[in-house]
Amino acid sequence: MWEFISERGDLIAYNALQHANLVLQAVVVATVLAVGIAVVVDRFRFLDPIANTVSAIGLTIPSFALVGLLLPLTMIGALTAFICVVFYATLPILRNAVVGFAQVDKTLIESARGMGMSDLGVLLRVRLPLAWPVIHAGVRTSVQMSMGIAAIAAYVLGPGLGGYIFTGLSQAGGVNAVNYAVVGTVGIVLVALVADLLMLLLGRLTISKGIRA
Amino acid sequence: MTQTDQASERAISGAELRLENVVKRYPGQKTAAVESLSLTIPAGEIVAFVGPSGCGKTTTLKMINRLIEPTSGTILIDGKDISQESATSLRRKIGYVIQGGSLFPHMSVAANVAVVPKMLGWDAKKISARTDELLDLVGLDPDRYRDRYPRELSGGQQQRVGVARGLAADPPVILMDEPFGAVDPITRQRLQDELISIQRELRKTIVCVTHDIDEAIKLGDRILILQEGATIAQYDTPDAILAAPANDFVHDFVGAGSSLKQLSLARVRSLDLVHPTTATVGEDTGPAVRRAEEAGDDAIVVLDDRGRPVAWPWLRQVRSNDRVKGSPRENLVTLDQAATLNDALDTMLTAAHSKVIVTGDRDKYLGVLDFETVTEHMRRTEREAAEHQLEQQEGAQADG
Repeated sequence: MWEFISERGDLIAYNALQHANLVLQAVVVATVLAVGIAVVVDRFRFLDPIANTVSAIGLTIPSFALVGLLLPLTMIGALTAFICVVFYATLPILRNAVVGFAQVDKTLIESARGMGMSDLGVLLRVRLPLAWPVIHAGVRTSVQMSMGIAAIAAYVLGPGLGGYIFTGLSQAGGVNAVNYAVVGTVGIVLVALVADLLMLLLGRLTISKGIRA
Repeated sequence: MTQTDQASERAISGAELRLENVVKRYPGQKTAAVESLSLTIPAGEIVAFVGPSGCGKTTTLKMINRLIEPTSGTILIDGKDISQESATSLRRKIGYVIQGGSLFPHMSVAANVAVVPKMLGWDAKKISARTDELLDLVGLDPDRYRDRYPRELSGGQQQRVGVARGLAADPPVILMDEPFGAVDPITRQRLQDELISIQRELRKTIVCVTHDIDEAIKLGDRILILQEGATIAQYDTPDAILAAPANDFVHDFVGAGSSLKQLSLARVRSLDLVHPTTATVGEDTGPAVRRAEEAGDDAIVVLDDRGRPVAWPWLRQVRSNDRVKGSPRENLVTLDQAATLNDALDTMLTAAHSKVIVTGDRDKYLGVLDFETVTEHMRRTEREAAEHQLEQQEGAQADG
């Protein structure tokens, strides 16, 4: 086992970084998407149940199936993996963002408007900061979930540690099969742990002291 | 502060507010929420809008800063039609204070106060100087409070910050919607006193919506009593409304015992204050105690370096220290000179001294009001009222 790892140390580290990178980029895009959709949903409340249903049903689609569905459209490669991860990453953030915006006290919004804030000002300076703790929690969940999804997405030759797991599976019974699977799995868990710590730190830095739990 | 500064601050900084045939009709509703309201609010006055809930007072208020757009009619501030300006730039020139302060919980006290100046693009130095000045004005020590968050403040303190925020960009017109509705009665009384004292200094045009006729009587230079559909039942000074209600509605609304209410019109400043021994924090106790003994006082009023009362210890408490000690100013119950006699009596009944310290602008010490002075004043007013009534009756008999 140690021999296996030390022989491929650099490559494993590279793939771990690739894995983290894929998740990071996907989650950033997903956050922007989800917050954008949530702003629209908050404006047109009748969309609320639709958004909730979509995020609930979306999470029931097996990620493997989605990869299969995307293949004819986007071909084998990183793009398919990326789209797949973005799709799943968006759902928990969307749900939290909708709830987060809905929780913002309406009198605060009116008072902000009454003081002469523009609609964009109210969004950026009042609604977003107040909804942020809830949205941030969604992003944190999303990061964790995306680590696993990214592993599956490696099936279409996406980047990251997922490749090791698939190699291990395809070589089941072979010399290094278990080593591949273990390195892939444990590697993802470790990357996820580090990412979660960073998310905690991000929360500390971005959630106002006035509303921190 | 120099003399000229003071003088210019006393000048009216408010603007005249005029409503002309203002109507608000909501689609699908038979009756208009506001039915052709015309009204002039003179510059520099506080006008209290009162009336039963649903009478359209808040709707009227919100039409002044265009949170609600009128169906027809014109609103003019300082002679200028407000619909000619963009809503956001108009609102930045109108202070807005609502119930509970409605502070942004994610912003520090200073950031809350700075919201409008920031939007107006003031530079950081000017903003922080202004913030400190305003916190001081509303009785919060800037060094202690500017970096706190709203949840670390009491309800009354939050409301104070709310008032400071409304004043931040020095707007000529300030709108207040049930500003003191969310605090306990004692705090409310203090906040009302402070508002009157601030207004004495600033002379803004203030529109204050309230459902509490007593608050209206206390705060308002004029009171607008509204009926269903924002029809004016009466618009006059508190004295005139109490003395001569325009109709049964006003009579019922003002309530029974309006002669007693008239008593509550009397302000502390119209009474003579007594001046017991005072001492400054940090002074040697020896001379202070001697002064008190010579004057026959059993307590000393302790002032801080800005002449604000901070403590009111008995002589034996003073003697136990070498130097005169203060305590946090918030712990001492004082009364603004604009407080009513009702407030004064309330405060005395709960105080240790059966007297109360009276303060003026920025909490400066003025003197002490004792129980006898208040009861003497009440007796005299009652006697005068009775004589007045007698004269009227005699007059009526003579006419008949």
